[in-house]
Amino acid sequence: MKYNSVVTARFAAGWGCLLLFLLVSLFSMPVLAQEEPVTVDTESLLVVPDSLPLEYYPLPPSNVRMKDVPNDAGGSLLIEWDLSLDDYEGGKVKEYRILRGEAAEGPFEELGSTARGTASFTDNQAKRGIKLFYKIAALNYEKTNGEFLWKASSESDVAGPAVSTAQWFNLSRLNIFIGIIILCGAIIYFITAAKRGKSFYIRKIAGIEEVENAVGRATEMGRSIYYIPGISDMDDVQTLASLTILGHVSAIAAENDTRIDVPVSKSMVMVTAREVVKEAYSKVGRPDSFQEDQVRYITDDQFGYAAAVDGLFVREKPATIFLIGAFFAESLIVAETGNSIGAIQISGTAMPAQLPFFITACDYTLIGEELFAASAYLSREPKLLGSLKGQDLGKAVFLLAILIGVILESFGVPVHELFSVR
Amino acid sequence: MRRELPLAIAFIAGVIFFIAYFIPHPPFNRFENWFSDWFAIVAAFAIWLGALNLMKISFIKVIRKKSDWLHALLIIISFVIIVVIGFYEGYRGLHANPPFSFRDPGTAFDWLYVNVYSTLSATMFALLAFFVASASYRAFRARNLEATLLLLAAFFVMLGRVPIGDVITGWLPRAYQMSQWASWIMNVLNTAGQRAIMIGIALGLVSTSLRIILGLERSYIGGD
Repeated sequence: MKYNSVVTARFAAGWGCLLLFLLVSLFSMPVLAQEEPVTVDTESLLVVPDSLPLEYYPLPPSNVRMKDVPNDAGGSLLIEWDLSLDDYEGGKVKEYRILRGEAAEGPFEELGSTARGTASFTDNQAKRGIKLFYKIAALNYEKTNGEFLWKASSESDVAGPAVSTAQWFNLSRLNIFIGIIILCGAIIYFITAAKRGKSFYIRKIAGIEEVENAVGRATEMGRSIYYIPGISDMDDVQTLASLTILGHVSAIAAENDTRIDVPVSKSMVMVTAREVVKEAYSKVGRPDSFQEDQVRYITDDQFGYAAAVDGLFVREKPATIFLIGAFFAESLIVAETGNSIGAIQISGTAMPAQLPFFITACDYTLIGEELFAASAYLSREPKLLGSLKGQDLGKAVFLLAILIGVILESFGVPVHELFSVR
Repeated sequence: MRRELPLAIAFIAGVIFFIAYFIPHPPFNRFENWFSDWFAIVAAFAIWLGALNLMKISFIKVIRKKSDWLHALLIIISFVIIVVIGFYEGYRGLHANPPFSFRDPGTAFDWLYVNVYSTLSATMFALLAFFVASASYRAFRARNLEATLLLLAAFFVMLGRVPIGDVITGWLPRAYQMSQWASWIMNVLNTAGQRAIMIGIALGLVSTSLRIILGLERSYIGGD
């Protein structure tokens, strides 16, 4: 009986101590958390918070500051901070987490993170015109197999408010603006001069000079002409330039009563090209000679189009082929086939990678800018020729700028930033 | 009005695009997307114009038994097969559980795409290798000074791009080996030439665009 009572007393004392320990632990936990200047992410901790000694917590970053990202439509803020004193190789900081809230008191959402040693972050999701507050948390942790064993973070003071705004002029493009104004000014000046009756000398462009001869050859041989306006759509200036040349070529072909075929790879180009050819036939007084199937759609597919055009060349053996517009990998396939059937070929493109193929396979090639000059050259209209002269002046200005830039850079004067395009 | 309206549209669109490039403030920053969307919408409708035109010309060829009418018949058959299978698979996919797209792997449309369309495209692309060889053979003949220079440049670049180039010149210091020569030709001479062409193209683009915006260039709408 006595033994039993002793056992019961010891049992009760044991449970009492355990309960007391649990109670003390329970009440001491929040007290500790309130006293510490740091927070602990308890959700993903696999170790109980109070088992993390204070030395696990890194010192927080400081001096958090924000500024609006310039030259944009708003919606971006650049956040910068001073690195934590524990941010060094082997230090406690593993990464920084960026927290954003719409009030200083919170709540704060996590935006993203940056690696140790990084002291800036661009918030590209900031709402334009809304006041925003930020704080940066320095994070220390240990991971095993991608799982956090423990995490400890220290947050900076809340900074803000900051507001992102939209700008009315992109100052980083000021150099382009000035360049375009100079170029457009020169072009408009020479167009105006041409309107007043001033005549300009334009150097001969062999490829364009040969257009009439090439059409004449087809007439003499009694064969057709093929005009390929590239594989780009109407949103490419090369296609527009090509269609302007098509108008002139069609007019010459109509005058000579020679059939011109225009297989195209884009529906919108078909509609426009048909209008251009029809107008050209009307202009020379042969509207009845125009047939709608002269301009026909083949396919949007690059190599399907190349195969179809090759087939047409081989079967119909045209005397003259124009390959003028935007071409890609199909350029040589088409040009070599044209060459193999003995057609006279005049090509033109502003795709530098395709120019060597055209130069190799065609009789005449309009290189780059010559493609854009062709329309003015063919029309001989003073206003258009004036624009070419303006273009030449622009080229002279750019050449001078390049020369001065090379000299200054060679002597260590950094000027390349003035010409960089953003 | 038939002339003035397109010219006015070209002028307004051109000026808006020019301004929008320099003004990031809304609504200017959205113009590019708006116009792109409209272009895509118009192009989507225009594709039917193209398809119908192709069918019309092919049908006429077949009915009138014009030359190459068998090719036209093949176009019609291919067109009908792919359209019918596309619509059928689309209908089947809509009513399946879970639903699938007519282009998903395992559909008849996808089978045709992979086994017919892709292989034919790859065949056409592969022909390029033979055309490059025939074009190179013609271009690299030393007929005059320029062609001789081209031949020499091509010789050094081609040899420098394969290991045997460096093996042949292995006795020279590294900086003078064939691969370095090839790199120099490509990075200095070729890049300089390409950039000169690019500058010319950029100026030509601006000039042409300005002519179109100002309405001086009207050939694309059929002339004056």
